[in-house]
Amino acid sequence: MGWQLIRLYAILVYGFMFLPVAVVVLLSFNDSQFGAFPMTGFSLRWFEALWNNDAIMRAFRTSIMLGLLTAVISTTLGVLASLALVRYSIPGRNLITTMLIAPILVPEVVLAVALLLFLNFLGIGKSFTLLLFGHVIFTLPFVILVVQARLVGIRRDVEEAALSLGASPRQTFFSITLPLLMPAVAAGALFAFTISFDDITGTLFWKPGGVETVPTQIFAMLRHSISPEINALGTVMIVLTVGLPLLGAALARRMAMKRGG
Amino acid sequence: MSAVTLTDIVKRFGNFTAVHRMSLDIPDGSFVTLLGPSGCGKTTTLRMIAGLLDPTEGDISIKGRRINDVPIYKRNLGLVFQNYALFPHKTVAENVAFGLKYRKVPREEARRRVAEALELVQLPHLGERYPRELSGGQQQRVALARAIVIEPDVLLLDEPLSALDANLRENMRVELKNIQSRIGVTSVFVTHDQSEALAMSDTIVVMSEGRVEQIGAPEEVYNTPASEFVAQFLGASNILPAQALGIEGGELGLELPGFPRLAVPASRAPDVQKSGPAKLVIRAEKLVLESPDSEANGRYSVPAIVETVDYQGQSARYFLRVGDQQLQAINMIDQRPFSQGEAVALRFRARDCAALPVDPAP
Repeated sequence: MGWQLIRLYAILVYGFMFLPVAVVVLLSFNDSQFGAFPMTGFSLRWFEALWNNDAIMRAFRTSIMLGLLTAVISTTLGVLASLALVRYSIPGRNLITTMLIAPILVPEVVLAVALLLFLNFLGIGKSFTLLLFGHVIFTLPFVILVVQARLVGIRRDVEEAALSLGASPRQTFFSITLPLLMPAVAAGALFAFTISFDDITGTLFWKPGGVETVPTQIFAMLRHSISPEINALGTVMIVLTVGLPLLGAALARRMAMKRGG
Repeated sequence: MSAVTLTDIVKRFGNFTAVHRMSLDIPDGSFVTLLGPSGCGKTTTLRMIAGLLDPTEGDISIKGRRINDVPIYKRNLGLVFQNYALFPHKTVAENVAFGLKYRKVPREEARRRVAEALELVQLPHLGERYPRELSGGQQQRVALARAIVIEPDVLLLDEPLSALDANLRENMRVELKNIQSRIGVTSVFVTHDQSEALAMSDTIVVMSEGRVEQIGAPEEVYNTPASEFVAQFLGASNILPAQALGIEGGELGLELPGFPRLAVPASRAPDVQKSGPAKLVIRAEKLVLESPDSEANGRYSVPAIVETVDYQGQSARYFLRVGDQQLQAINMIDQRPFSQGEAVALRFRARDCAALPVDPAP
């Protein structure tokens, strides 16, 4: 009896969490003019409309470009920072780590306003570069956390063995450390991409006029009306932001298994 | 010619001195062991030779060339670690071939040399496996193959057997020594295990608290310890306060309570020249327990009482009382061990004794 209740409760919680998502996905295939029930038939017309909507496609390209650049820069910086923090004894290591992780803890609005005010103070206007910087700042902690955890597990004597065999420190990094670090690097890059792709708070503050990312575009569209196109866009976003990390995790696991990491 | 020379090496970490002014000459082709308890500076010394640590003072030369400022990857050394340190993402063959890649060895030759090295460590068919598919002993053989395939000037071994279990460790010890003497590579071996050191070395360097206590062949270090520390660290020894009576006719006279007057060969007491307080050293396995009514046959005989028996199967360790002193003896068991409270005669020969000064010679 008690277990039955718990089971029911669990189902209700999951329903509360995922039903809205399911509704969005379901309605994106609805033939009706209105993005609401009842469904009048199966159709891909809203996806087609999406494809033909220049504003959305532009936002999509912006988001993907922004996400990829964020991932590349954030991962590179994150790997370098982790190496410095784990492999070398630098004064104030704990303080630096805390500072690098801090953007996760500070409310995003505060961070967004702070960066904006700071750059205004310096007389630097809004631009795509600023937007990119902002995204790098708050995806970096995730990369550092993932990469650091993995790096701690790579034994120092493996690198020392490579050095003793004649590989220079750089060759050692590329032939030993980086390959062993790869699952974490891939995971970090995926985190960075999806977080950047999803972000709306910071982006609203930092984006220059006329530039829209997918989330800000949806936000703008919602202000006028609830078009069924938004359901279709939501479905595409879900596939990208849920499917991609899952795919990445599966790849990373397979890679780790093959390499015995 | 000496393969490795350390001249007045000092290593400090902040205020802590890990190695005090150490000098050592390692002849070409020899197997030298740095032996001591943890924290004695043996691994620090090895890491300085390897180039993983810089000496605070002093010079390190390999084959007559000063290498203080040569980075590790240009020193041409083979390094074997306690935890194997194989590259987990590379196959066994790729692991072994790693060093050859940076020596620009042509591919065909590299393949041949990898095969030879794996043959030498008796793992000829495992080239395609990954390290995690091998047992600990096999992994350490691969690590050895990887270190010797580059034909290093010196092979440095940092407790390579410590992670293996007891039986395997003894087999590997014999095999490692065989491989070393076959290829004739100069080797520096670090261990805290005295039996490994005694079994494998040409020369043992006993270290304690960053200082060299004694350098010598295994028999020398074992039979004529230069200090109380060496006597205690290598096997079980009885160290008893005694009164030296001076050397006469190549023999040092010693007096101690409960014992007859002893005449120890002067060669076994190199640091005790004059009369005065000294210390008598007798190894536990050189004290033979016999029944009091048996013949001494020219050996010294001391009456004793068995206090405790530590039975170990083929041998037994006895704790004995002589006067107000406790001694220990390790004897093979012939039929049955002596029992607690039994009166026995301790028999030993003059040449099994050694004498040390009270304050170890500087």
